[in-house]
Amino acid sequence: MISLTSPVRTRAHGWPAGPKLAGLCLATLLLFLADSLPVQAAALAATLGLYAACGGVFLREGLRRLRPLWPFLLIVGAFHLWSGRTEEGAVIVLRLVTAVGLANLVTMTTRLGDMIDVVRRLTAPLRRLGVSTRPLEIAIGLVIRMVPAMFARGRQLGEAWRARSPRRVTWRIVLPFALTALDDADRVAEALRARGGLTPAPEREV
Amino acid sequence: MERSVTLVAVFAALTAVLGLIPPVTLGFGVPVTAQSLGVMLCGTVLGARRGALAMLLFLLLVALGLPLLSGGRGGLGVFVAPSAGFLIGFPVAAFVTGWIVERWRAAPLGLVAGIASVVGGIAALYAFGIAGLMLALGRSLPEAALLALAFLPGDLAKAGLAGALTAGLARARPGSLLSRPDVHAA
Repeated sequence: MISLTSPVRTRAHGWPAGPKLAGLCLATLLLFLADSLPVQAAALAATLGLYAACGGVFLREGLRRLRPLWPFLLIVGAFHLWSGRTEEGAVIVLRLVTAVGLANLVTMTTRLGDMIDVVRRLTAPLRRLGVSTRPLEIAIGLVIRMVPAMFARGRQLGEAWRARSPRRVTWRIVLPFALTALDDADRVAEALRARGGLTPAPEREV
Repeated sequence: MERSVTLVAVFAALTAVLGLIPPVTLGFGVPVTAQSLGVMLCGTVLGARRGALAMLLFLLLVALGLPLLSGGRGGLGVFVAPSAGFLIGFPVAAFVTGWIVERWRAAPLGLVAGIASVVGGIAALYAFGIAGLMLALGRSLPEAALLALAFLPGDLAKAGLAGALTAGLARARPGSLLSRPDVHAA
């Protein structure tokens, strides 16, 4: 499956994921602590500068990914203009765009494999305590593999419906779709067991 | 053990695929996606604990940068957006839904699953979502609740669907209904 990492290679792609995530946490915390308009404006300008430094294609893609925020910005903007608390509204709007922009920036410049490595490292203390994290690792891989496979199956079911009925595909298709998903789970479980199964740890939170 | 893990993974994937179905737009311009139907089904089929685990796995993969949310959204940005409360509510919603289905045995499964979806997939989910809107947008409770209210008709319909689907799945694959492990023995 295609992750949201930007195909435009930047220098930040090579930086280790851990410090990038730690930096993002710190920056987000500071953003939510700062209530002054000039600070928020500067933070947004700096964020846009980071995007721009990665080139025009990267910048445009970054802006495109901020689009789902528009309805919220309109609501906040309209309400604060109407109630006369413009500055407060501007701070909320700027902070929102910067926080989401920075987080997207880390996602766009970090490969999926690097992110999964971070999960492995963060769960290392559990392994030292004797808790197996193999179920979690297998589950991550399974979902990544299954989403495109299940999407393709859903499409097939839709085509089968349209080949047999003049009526539009309705919600009824979800039942056979969910049934095939349940059967997938059984078959993959058998396949896992046939290959030695998950480490014979007692059942724990994955 | 293996089957628990694969069912949890399959329902995380199912929730993602339901989010890929193009949204139906209601009369007043609110897009309704099937994603929250996935949240409800996680609870009604997998039960409280595994349903919540499936949702946690789903959110983890979203955070790692996979475009699993409706509209192909994902990445770390969605967790600081105003709608983040709804995401954080997914595991809780699945847990509450599953908890009710596991314990309330006196009524027909389809009805129980439908009502459980209303309590978990709507009431519990909205509580988190509305709290998120209040925090991110600086709104009061009634204002934030009004925003969430736009999604209520679609979600009520999905809760009804979740009930019907759960009953259908229980008939076709009684052994896979982890929320009622003894249903096929009865």
